[in-house]
Amino acid sequence: MLSQELLKINNLSTSFQIDEEYYAAVDDVSLTVRENEVLAIVGESGSGKSATAFSIMGLHNRGKIEGEMLFQGQDLAKLSTSEMNKIRGKDMSMIFQDPLTALNPLMEIGVQIGEVLLLHNKNMSKTERRNYAIELLGRVGIPRPERVVDQFPHELSGGMRQRVIIAIAIANQPKLLIADEPTTALDVTIQAQILDLIQELKDDLNSGVILITHDLGVVAEMADRVAVMYAGQIVEESDVESVFVNPQHPYTRSLLSSIPATDYAQDRLHVIQGIVPSLKHLPRTGCRFKGRIPWIDDDAHEDHPVLHEVSEGHFVRCTCYQHFYFPDENKEDQANGVTEG
Amino acid sequence: MWKFIVRRLIITLPQLLLLSLLVFFMASLMPGDAFTSQIDPSLSQDAIEEQRERLGLNDPWYQQYGRWVSGVAEGDFGTSTAHYRPVTDLIWERMINTIWLSLLSVIFIYAIGIPLGIISGRWNDRLVDQIITGYTYLGFATPIFIFALVVLFFFGFTLGWFPTGGSVASGLEPGSFEYIVSKLHHLLLPALSIALIGVVGTVQYLRSEIIDTKQKDFIITARAKGAPESRVYNRHIFRNSVLPIAAFFGYEITMLITGSVFVEQIFSYPGMGNLFIESILIRDFPVVTAVVLLFGLAAILGALLSDIILSIVDPRIRIK
Repeated sequence: MLSQELLKINNLSTSFQIDEEYYAAVDDVSLTVRENEVLAIVGESGSGKSATAFSIMGLHNRGKIEGEMLFQGQDLAKLSTSEMNKIRGKDMSMIFQDPLTALNPLMEIGVQIGEVLLLHNKNMSKTERRNYAIELLGRVGIPRPERVVDQFPHELSGGMRQRVIIAIAIANQPKLLIADEPTTALDVTIQAQILDLIQELKDDLNSGVILITHDLGVVAEMADRVAVMYAGQIVEESDVESVFVNPQHPYTRSLLSSIPATDYAQDRLHVIQGIVPSLKHLPRTGCRFKGRIPWIDDDAHEDHPVLHEVSEGHFVRCTCYQHFYFPDENKEDQANGVTEG
Repeated sequence: MWKFIVRRLIITLPQLLLLSLLVFFMASLMPGDAFTSQIDPSLSQDAIEEQRERLGLNDPWYQQYGRWVSGVAEGDFGTSTAHYRPVTDLIWERMINTIWLSLLSVIFIYAIGIPLGIISGRWNDRLVDQIITGYTYLGFATPIFIFALVVLFFFGFTLGWFPTGGSVASGLEPGSFEYIVSKLHHLLLPALSIALIGVVGTVQYLRSEIIDTKQKDFIITARAKGAPESRVYNRHIFRNSVLPIAAFFGYEITMLITGSVFVEQIFSYPGMGNLFIESILIRDFPVVTAVVLLFGLAAILGALLSDIILSIVDPRIRIK
């Protein structure tokens, strides 16, 4: 049974101006997030994941946003900054990538949590805010919260600071939580704790979560649905099982075969050739992944790649997935048992 | 924080010792001694020797140094050889004038510099910022003594709006209303000259700090909380950008005491800078020594004050 749709993005494009011309960092992206669902957005650096998240939160100070972002019936793309300010921090909030820089170094932890309370509940008194901040700190698993509330960010470890950021994000029980690579800057042991915490809070608050990551391990652990982004576009979208069991797009398959396996010895990992082209040099027509799989015949690609529904709820862009193989392996060895279409 | 301040104070002690030694030896390297200028040429060599012995000028340096330092510690800098007055009195008079001038300059600098820096940093690369930045470049390039001269010539001499020298009109009762007005009237032109040139550093500092802070991640956090722009600027960006300015405040205090040698000279303003130049020219060594010592002291205290202010405004420094 599908729960209620929380955020529905239709044909979102976010463009930035470089030398008098606009280039789309997010190109025609459509996504849906439901209540109590984790949607993971996966991709390399520069694939437009964070740009998508920042567009939803309205945090780009420059840049042109086109398309619709329906959040609880309101189109976020049409809201003014002051209208956005009533929503962000309250109904939707964000957890940031780097806990070491995301907190104001000159403000006590309690004041930083109190700020998000103050901004959305004008009638809360200073003591109430402080007490609630202590409660929140306890809730995100910080020991001795009544002490930490008066401390400054530099007195806390990275993991603790990320908990503080999560406390700020959940302070007003948001319906939508956007986590932008929440564990990238943390130690492996802390990563699991933070992910568990996000999962737990999501269940408590019944919120929808957009989890942005390039860590497929995190995706496997957390996500319900997965959108794989490449060069500003979604190239594959499906439920989490399909992505891991039956990946289709060459990019998804390449990403998966770049993960070191732990159950058998590997000589070499798969390396995706080349890099994500920069915003300015992105091919605007044809399959954007074409340049990184040059051994695939040009005819395999579509001229104007669109998303094809290969099975229910599983979308893949371009037709090249039907003809894709890894050049350095025998056909039988190919990862994940994908059959050639 | 007290721990920090006490530790910082302890560090100051060897600095003071070193400063006093340096000044003492510099003074003893100067030709002649405190005695030379007071000697009657008709005195016999024996009488001079006797007097030298009596004044302790033949004692080993550490004894002389000890006497000098203990005198200084009690505020006794000796007697001016040119004015035949205690150096302490002479300096005190001049220092008060300099403090007034510098105080007014510092007030002007912050009153002009902080708004300009904020505007320039907030709307960087817009027209308003380009105008302000253009002014700061001009300010950096203009030597203060040229600027002060032009200001004096134009407003003081040509237009006659302001007096061209001194610190107060003569014949007024100290403390009376007219006296204070006259003081301010004399102060305004030199203070503005110092401020209009001195302000450019503050503006540029604040501007670049604001531009820098604007791009910090915690500013995005603040916006993501739903904070309106005014709050983002006032609570997050400004507070973080003003740290170096606050730290600089201690050095401004140094300026309060050392004064501006050029400007005081040009406006014939009887302050410390003026006294310093004067005393060097007429070889009034007790005064020069005392002034150099005071300038050094002011620099040490300014640095101390800056560190203390920084430790108050920046919690990251308190711990160490």
